[in-house]
Amino acid sequence: MPTQQTYTQPIGTRYGGFGGQYIPETLMNEIHALEAAYAKYKDDPDFTAELAALFGDYAGRPSLLYYAEKMTSDLGGAKVYLKREDLNHTGSHKINNVLGQTLLAKRMGKTRIIAETGAGQHGVAAATAAALLDMECEIFMGREDTERQALNVYRMELLGAKVNAVDSGTKTLKDAVNEAMREWVSRTYDTHYVLGSVMGPHPFPQIVRDFQSVISKEARGQILEKEGKLPAAVMACVGGGSNAMGMFYHFIPDAQVKLIGCEAAGRGIDTPLHAATVAKGEKGVFHGMKSLFCQNDEGQIAPVYSISAGLDYPGIGPEHAYLYESGRASYVPVTDDEAVHAFEYLARTEGIICAIESAHAVAHALNYVPTLPKEENVILCLSGRGDKDVAAIARYKGVDIHE
Amino acid sequence: MSKTASAFRNGKAFIGFVTGGDPTIAKSEEFILAMAEAGTDLIEIGIPFSDPIAEGPVIQEANLRALSAGATVEKLFGLVQSVREKIQTPLVFLTYLNPVYHYGYEAFCKRCAEVGLDGLIIPDMPFEEQEELRSIADSFGVDLISLVAPTSEARVTEIAAAARGFLYIVSSMGVTGVRSEITTDLGAICTRAHAVSDVPVAVGFGVHSPAQAAAITAAGADGVIVGSAIVKLCAEYGAGAAPYLADYCRAMKAAIS
Repeated sequence: MPTQQTYTQPIGTRYGGFGGQYIPETLMNEIHALEAAYAKYKDDPDFTAELAALFGDYAGRPSLLYYAEKMTSDLGGAKVYLKREDLNHTGSHKINNVLGQTLLAKRMGKTRIIAETGAGQHGVAAATAAALLDMECEIFMGREDTERQALNVYRMELLGAKVNAVDSGTKTLKDAVNEAMREWVSRTYDTHYVLGSVMGPHPFPQIVRDFQSVISKEARGQILEKEGKLPAAVMACVGGGSNAMGMFYHFIPDAQVKLIGCEAAGRGIDTPLHAATVAKGEKGVFHGMKSLFCQNDEGQIAPVYSISAGLDYPGIGPEHAYLYESGRASYVPVTDDEAVHAFEYLARTEGIICAIESAHAVAHALNYVPTLPKEENVILCLSGRGDKDVAAIARYKGVDIHE
Repeated sequence: MSKTASAFRNGKAFIGFVTGGDPTIAKSEEFILAMAEAGTDLIEIGIPFSDPIAEGPVIQEANLRALSAGATVEKLFGLVQSVREKIQTPLVFLTYLNPVYHYGYEAFCKRCAEVGLDGLIIPDMPFEEQEELRSIADSFGVDLISLVAPTSEARVTEIAAAARGFLYIVSSMGVTGVRSEITTDLGAICTRAHAVSDVPVAVGFGVHSPAQAAAITAAGADGVIVGSAIVKLCAEYGAGAAPYLADYCRAMKAAIS
C-alpha cells in the first residue's frame, strides 16, 4: 500500500527504496562504465544534437498530440488527447530509447547491440537503429512470443538482426531478458545490452526514462498550447513501464496531474493468469533491481500472462515502484477483455488501430474519463500501433485469419 | 578461522556443487555424503530458482528438476540439518537473492545458524549491494562469500580485503558450464587477492577435468570449484549417481593433492 511519503528525485543507484545493481560481479565494471559514459554524454552538445536530429529527421518527432473529439463526445467527460507514439518510425515509443542507447553504445566503442523483446516492438526498433547506425544486432525473444508475433520476427531479420528464440522457462519476455543477460555476461567487450524498459540494474532505469521522457516533454508543451492548462490526468500502459515513465516524467512535479499506469490483468487479478505486478506483486530482487514482482511464497518468480506480449512481464521498473509507494502515481489492472474491447472501440471511434498494450490505457480511460468534468482534459499515451496485433485479436474473437 | 575457511586446511581444496532437491531431497543428502566421503572439502548446495541468470543450461535444468520435484527453502534447511548431524564438512548455499530476501534476511541467517550452514554465495548480489545483508550474516556467523570475475580488475583488491570465508574467482566470462579452455590469467587475480587478504581463493565456472584443476591450483589458487560437471552426472545417472559422484570427486581431489 502507498505510504504517501514524498517523491523526490532519485539519488545514486536508488529510486526511493528500490533499484540498485543486483547483477553478477562480471558485469559490475561494465555497468560502471555505462554510468560514466552516460554521465559524460547525456548533456554533451554533440551527443544531444545528434540524438535530436535522429528524433526529428528519422523517428518523426515530435509526435502528434491528437484531440480525440469523437471519443470525447462519446464519453461525455474530460477532453481526451492521444499522444501518438504509434506514429513514430517503427510504430512505437521504443525507437526513442534505442536511438539514444545505440548512439551511446557507439560512443562507448561498441560494435554490437543485443536486446530482449516481448511483442517485438523493442526488437524491431533495436534492429532498425542497428541497421541505421551500422551495428551488429542480436535479439532474444521467447519462443512463445516468436509464434505470437511471427511477422515481427521476419521484420527484424529483414533489418539484418539475428533473432534467437528462447526456450527456457515460460518462453516469454522474462526469459528473453534472462537470456540477453546471459549473453551480455559472456561478451561485454564489444557488446552493449540495449535494455528495452525502465528496468534492470541502475543506470538502465534512468537512461531509458530520460530517453523516453521526450514524450512528456513534448506533451506538456503541446497541451499547454492547445488547452492553456495542464491535464487532470495522464495515462499509459505499464509492463516494465517505459512509455508510462516517459509519459509521466515531466508531469511528476505538477502535483495536480494524476499519473495513472494501466497494468495487464489478463483473465483477471483473482485468477492466476495476469501480469498485474502492482496489484498482486511483492517487493523482491530480480533482473538486477529491487522492485515489485509477481512471485510465489518461496520467492520464485511467478509465470505471468497477458494477451499482450509487451505487458507480459512479472516485474515493474523501480521508479514506478517508488512512484507507487510514494503515492505520486496509481496503477490499475485492466483485463484482456477490457483491452480488446478498447482496441475495437478506438478503431471504430477514431479510426486508429492501436497496439493491444496501449489499448490497456484506452480501456481505463473509457471508465475514467466520464467521471471527469468537461472543462478538464486528459492525455493517453498511445505507445504503439496495432498492425502486429490484428491477427491475434481476430483469433481472440474466434475469427480464423491466415496472414 | 571461519568454518568455511577451514575447508582449506587439507591442502588445496576441492569444492563440489549439487542442486538441492535434484532429483529429491533424500537423494541430495546421499550425494552430499558420498562427495564428502570421497574427500570433497566443502559442498555448495544450490537453492533452485525459477530464473537462474548466471547459470548455463546444465544447472538451469537441474533447477527446474528440483523445483518440479517440490524443493522448497525450508526443505533445504532440513537437508542441511540432517547432513550436519552426520558430517562436519563445511556447507554453503548458492542462491539467488530473491528467495533470501523473500524469507527475510534476519530469519534466513538465523535458520542457517540453527541448521549448521556456514556460508552463502549469492551470484546476483555484488560487493556494493552486500551491505544490507553482510552485518546480519556476520552476526549469525554465516560467511557471505564474495565473487570476483575476469573483468573485476582493480575491484579485486577492495573485494578481497573485505572477503569472508573464501574468495570465489569466476574463471571466465559468461555463465556456469564446462569449458574446454580457460584463458583468464588466474594467477594474477590470485596474487592480487593474496596481497591484501589471508582469505583463501577458489576458482570456479567451467572447471571440470583433473588436469584443469591441477593447473589452476598450480597457478596459485587455494582450491577449485566444480558445479556443472557434477550436476551433469546427477542428470545422467539420476537416483543412482552417488558412486559416480564419489569417483569423480576422489579423482579431482587427487589431482590437486
